[in-house]
Amino acid sequence: MPERRAYLDHAATTPLRPEAREAMLPYLSGEFGNPSGSHHESRRARRAVDDARQTVAGRLGVDLGEVVFTSGGTEADNLAVVGGWRAVAAGRSSPPALVCSAIEHHAVLETCRALARDTGADLREVPADRCGVVDADAWAEACTPEVGLVSVMAVNNELGTVQHLAALAEAARTGSPGAVLHTDAVQAAPWIPLGPLTGEFDLVSISAHKFGGPQGVGALAVRHGTGLAALAHGGGQERDRRSGTQNVAGIVAMAAALDRTSADQATGNGRVGALRDRLVEGLTASVPGTAWTGSGQCVPGFCHLRFAGVESEALVLLLDAAGLSVSAGAACSSGAVEPSHVLLAMGFDRIEATSGIRFSLGWTTTDEDVDLALSVVPDVVAKLRD
Amino acid sequence: MRVLVAMSGGVDSSVAAALMADRLGSERVVGATLKLWGGDSDSGCCSVADVDDARRVADQLGLVHHVFNFAADFEERVVDPYVRGHAEGRTPNPCIECNRHLKFDRLLDRAADLGFDAVATGHHARRTETPDGRYRLCRGADPMKDQSYVLAMLGQDQLGRVVFPVGELTKDEVREEAHRRGLRTAAKPDSQDVCFIRTDEGRAGFLGDRMPLHGGRMVDHRSGEDLGSVDAVELVTVGQRRGMGHSGDGRRRFVTAVDVPARRVMLGPPEAACAESVALDTVTWVDGDPTVAARGGTALVAQCSAHGRPVPAEVSVISGVSGGLMVRFATPQRRVAPGQTVALYDTRRPHEVVGSGIAR
Repeated sequence: MPERRAYLDHAATTPLRPEAREAMLPYLSGEFGNPSGSHHESRRARRAVDDARQTVAGRLGVDLGEVVFTSGGTEADNLAVVGGWRAVAAGRSSPPALVCSAIEHHAVLETCRALARDTGADLREVPADRCGVVDADAWAEACTPEVGLVSVMAVNNELGTVQHLAALAEAARTGSPGAVLHTDAVQAAPWIPLGPLTGEFDLVSISAHKFGGPQGVGALAVRHGTGLAALAHGGGQERDRRSGTQNVAGIVAMAAALDRTSADQATGNGRVGALRDRLVEGLTASVPGTAWTGSGQCVPGFCHLRFAGVESEALVLLLDAAGLSVSAGAACSSGAVEPSHVLLAMGFDRIEATSGIRFSLGWTTTDEDVDLALSVVPDVVAKLRD
Repeated sequence: MRVLVAMSGGVDSSVAAALMADRLGSERVVGATLKLWGGDSDSGCCSVADVDDARRVADQLGLVHHVFNFAADFEERVVDPYVRGHAEGRTPNPCIECNRHLKFDRLLDRAADLGFDAVATGHHARRTETPDGRYRLCRGADPMKDQSYVLAMLGQDQLGRVVFPVGELTKDEVREEAHRRGLRTAAKPDSQDVCFIRTDEGRAGFLGDRMPLHGGRMVDHRSGEDLGSVDAVELVTVGQRRGMGHSGDGRRRFVTAVDVPARRVMLGPPEAACAESVALDTVTWVDGDPTVAARGGTALVAQCSAHGRPVPAEVSVISGVSGGLMVRFATPQRRVAPGQTVALYDTRRPHEVVGSGIAR
């Protein structure tokens, strides 16, 4: 095991922020009430959840009644896509069409595909260009009046590319009046203000562990007046939109993490962006045949680099052995690395789609982390090209 | 020495990993499971449940464990040729092609890239070394489970980088060892059949989804007399007798040849199902070609299926055919279907593999 390690996989999950840990500790020890009861312990838990809801709502720029807590980003995406679509479908005679980008996270893409499969609804997957940005013309073309739900991610999870959300939302409103608009903002939350997103989209998903909160908790912002059919039925928690006893400790920790993330965003973005730029410049200079996928369109914490002639599956393991934790894109349930559907949808071939490494930086990333990456990556790439 | 153990999630490779960890220490051994098949599967080595088994055994042994996604190579080097072969009336052995192209090529390369000195697998075979540093490939200690046939295509380059830790054990001993160590795979049944074909769809279903199947006529191999129809000539294998009925005198009929383009299956009595020889291509040698120095034929022992009976044979180069080899059996043998592998063993040391080839 190398003495020093650098963790550059913040897009997978981030270290817990101290504020989040402090916030949740009481609910892992003394406090244990069920927020739905009517006695002392319950009231205390309910108060904690409501305070957290207020905080999260504030950072999302919505009313507290518009926040639905979930078990994470995937559940929020499922609730948005299926719940939003079903509410629209209830008022139509034929199954409404679905529109999403072809570079969505699997939580959206596979949900749309399953829904289309199960209901016979028409699913339109809109491709992205070589820069990782959704094709605006194809998007506008897909957004027709039959569409009942559109979903487009704010920031791509493999590349970090920011989508032209205002324009995409506008095109969807114009072409598909009556459609519910969803954006998966899971990777956006650490880097861009969420207020504009909830202004443009009816439904916005976030996940706590991408911004220093714990795993297993997330939220869906649901604009007042937006129809949403529940997926989990039961005790009617979260205003009947998501039954099940709330994860109190997780929720209060998410609120604390989001609060700190948003407060630090402007300075944090500058700091992390400078580190990312140093990383990219260093590697581009020292490793021949390096290409930055989606350069110029990315949030500060991301760079997806392709090293020509190198298999990312082997590269990740060798970098791990050298003390650097990075990711080779999406992993399937068995743990195997799959060729990136994002790069394939952007027109890269299978070899290119398996030659990329995602470096993702975050709130704990330091100069030393970048130094370590700059010192180990060139050797390892050279060894694999040998 | 650092060794990568290929762990399928079965009992043999689990024990192989345990024995390597004993020998080298767990910090020098890493487990790897290959994701080979992207489609549905119910046996084989690619299901999430099998990966979980492999990972939990590795955890128990204190080994780091990885999953390598070789699905694209598997499709290209094993599945596509399997389908193509059937379309041409051949019956390829996918396990052998997987060993040739995936386990003992792609995986060896990956292991070298990652800085490992060798790859260990759970095959029942033995590798020995001669005093002058040459490698020999020998049958496993358990005659019932010997897998040297499916490894017969290995050469010095590969043998120098592989370890077969369970080759000295019988299958019972492997299971005992797994039980003794409390490995969760101890009682797991042996894998059967082709790993990428689901039992409920079968070979016909699998191939039918991927290529056109054509009905055809069965005819007598000599007279040409029409003997009935078959649903799919591509699914008929030379040597097959199942579904081929009986001749007028009550004797079973065997497939003597399949002509896919003509949509014809030739049938004959048992003696016609046998042949005195088989011609091979894709010939490999464990340690050099013994026919080069020999005048006339070289006496070897041929084995024509995974658990077939070894038979003495004389092997010679087919003149005019580059890389072709003619194997003449001492006594006539059931015809070897085109695409099947013939493993060749040494006459004096009958446990020792000399080479292999694929029936033309």
